[in-house]
Amino acid sequence: MSANAEAGDLLVKRRSMAAQHAFGGRRRWLHFTLYVIFSLGSLMYLLPLAWMISTSLKLDGRELAMPPQWFPDPVVWKNYATALTALPMLWFLRNTLIVTVTSTCLGLVSASLAGYAFARLRFPGRNMLFSFCLATLMLPSIVTMIPEFVLFKQIGWLGTFLPLIVPWSLGGHAFGIFLFRQYAMTIPLDYDEAARIDGAGALRIWWEIILPLSRPVLATMALLAFIYHWNDFLRPLVFLTDKDLRTLAIGLRLFKSEYLVQWNLLMAASALMLAPIVVLFFAAQRYFVQGIVMSGLKR
Amino acid sequence: MAATTAITARALARPRRRLLTGQAIEGYLCIAPWLIGFVCFVAGPMIAALIISFTDWSMLSAPEWVGLGNYAKLFEDPLFYNVLFNTAFISFISVPLQLGLALLMAIGLNEKLKGLAFFRTIFFLPSQMPVVASALLWLWVFNPEFGLINAGLNTLNLPVFRWLFDPDLAKPSIVLITLWGGIGTPLIIFLAGLQGIPESLHEAAAIDGAGALARFRHVTLPMLSPIIFFNLIIGVVASFQAYFTLVFVTTGGGPGNATLIFILYIYFKAFRDFAMGYAAALAWLLFMIVVALTAINFGLARFWVHYEGGDAA
Repeated sequence: MSANAEAGDLLVKRRSMAAQHAFGGRRRWLHFTLYVIFSLGSLMYLLPLAWMISTSLKLDGRELAMPPQWFPDPVVWKNYATALTALPMLWFLRNTLIVTVTSTCLGLVSASLAGYAFARLRFPGRNMLFSFCLATLMLPSIVTMIPEFVLFKQIGWLGTFLPLIVPWSLGGHAFGIFLFRQYAMTIPLDYDEAARIDGAGALRIWWEIILPLSRPVLATMALLAFIYHWNDFLRPLVFLTDKDLRTLAIGLRLFKSEYLVQWNLLMAASALMLAPIVVLFFAAQRYFVQGIVMSGLKR
Repeated sequence: MAATTAITARALARPRRRLLTGQAIEGYLCIAPWLIGFVCFVAGPMIAALIISFTDWSMLSAPEWVGLGNYAKLFEDPLFYNVLFNTAFISFISVPLQLGLALLMAIGLNEKLKGLAFFRTIFFLPSQMPVVASALLWLWVFNPEFGLINAGLNTLNLPVFRWLFDPDLAKPSIVLITLWGGIGTPLIIFLAGLQGIPESLHEAAAIDGAGALARFRHVTLPMLSPIIFFNLIIGVVASFQAYFTLVFVTTGGGPGNATLIFILYIYFKAFRDFAMGYAAALAWLLFMIVVALTAINFGLARFWVHYEGGDAA
């Protein structure tokens, strides 16, 4: 039996060596071609971004020069300061942070609670409720926004941040619930049972055992929620009827209509909005990738 | 295994039952925040939207019941057919192109080669950017007078175009932007999927004389098909919503309604014209389309999706 398996193994190994040998020469060509193709491709992906930075550092009017200059002369760093003050970008940033931080934090609490329950507690209707939760991922949010608008108007929430904060704080990130559930299912149930014997209830188990063990998935959830709120456009556009409440995304759009000709300032403002995401991206690329992989590989 | 569980379950039957009720209460308690949110901001509004769709309502006066009137009106609205066409054009071209391009890139990036991780980062980055910022950037790149693309074409003595401002080119231009910004996510997913394909399968096929193309067709594609399929549904459904910001900021639905897509039309009807009833009918129709597309996709999946040992990826 085992000798047979060994012989089989050997056969596979020899075969794979033979296959690699056959590839050898062609592989090198293939790799060279790949480098060339990917270099050209990534150049195409980077060009618009380089163009953005280049434009953002140009003197007023120079950005309209034809043919365009790639390297601005002089380099006008002041455009960034102007972009910050020309529209109250710092104020928009404050608004964005209020919405982003509160919804992300409260959302983590409610999503991890629900994810924990869906993964580890037994209750009637659990699977049905979880499939409802997953179904909301497919739902175009505009369908609910019309009645929500009416509702928020009636209860006086228009003109506050509540329409953006409350739904997300109440487990609105269905995807986060899904992520947390998947992760919590991998933690051995023995922990819960041991804690139960010590008299701990579900809430204490969630807080003292599950949450500390779930830091990686919490980081992924926090990151995804942060990016979502930072980039969110449609809901703030509809629900933030008050000028003072505008978030960065909405403010930037506004900047376009008011300063349509000043592309250097507009690009500086765009680059400023993009900067935190790029920094986060390079600092935590692993968590980005993790979240996305879990979203795309079914179950 | 199953037998052990059964024995344990029987042995613990009495205390377990009591535990279950306790756990059930705890379970409901834990999902309560989500459940409240779900009822108030998802399920409730869904039903409310359906009811509103049977009325004529401007929010200024009381809603007036019109039955299926709004849905009947849809078919007489010439703009509506335009909107359907635009949405189908943009989503059905952009999403398969994104997936195809991402798949090719992923296969290349899956080679064990130094420096390829760097390329992965570059292709992935645009997908995480705030859409408002990248939409403004592309508006500038496509600018007919001073934009990068026309400047390049000019240098090469090629004809220049008005891109986003040309009724015929606006939709393809939007698709082009989505190829830049939308490829990162499927790329990462395909890469993860490719890493799950056992090397031995490729080698066995190679020994049997399969060339690169044959291996792609008979090994890679079948092994990845569940992932491709899943991302096709997700991608198309998501594109109905996700392209709102891009289109709203770049063209606003123009020129001459050439890029007026479904979600933008709903937005204008609801929050510019305050035709709440008509907008709700449109929104529900969009929802039905999403459900139908998902169902059709699942129906067609049997014919081309290959599940390894009944286990979905």
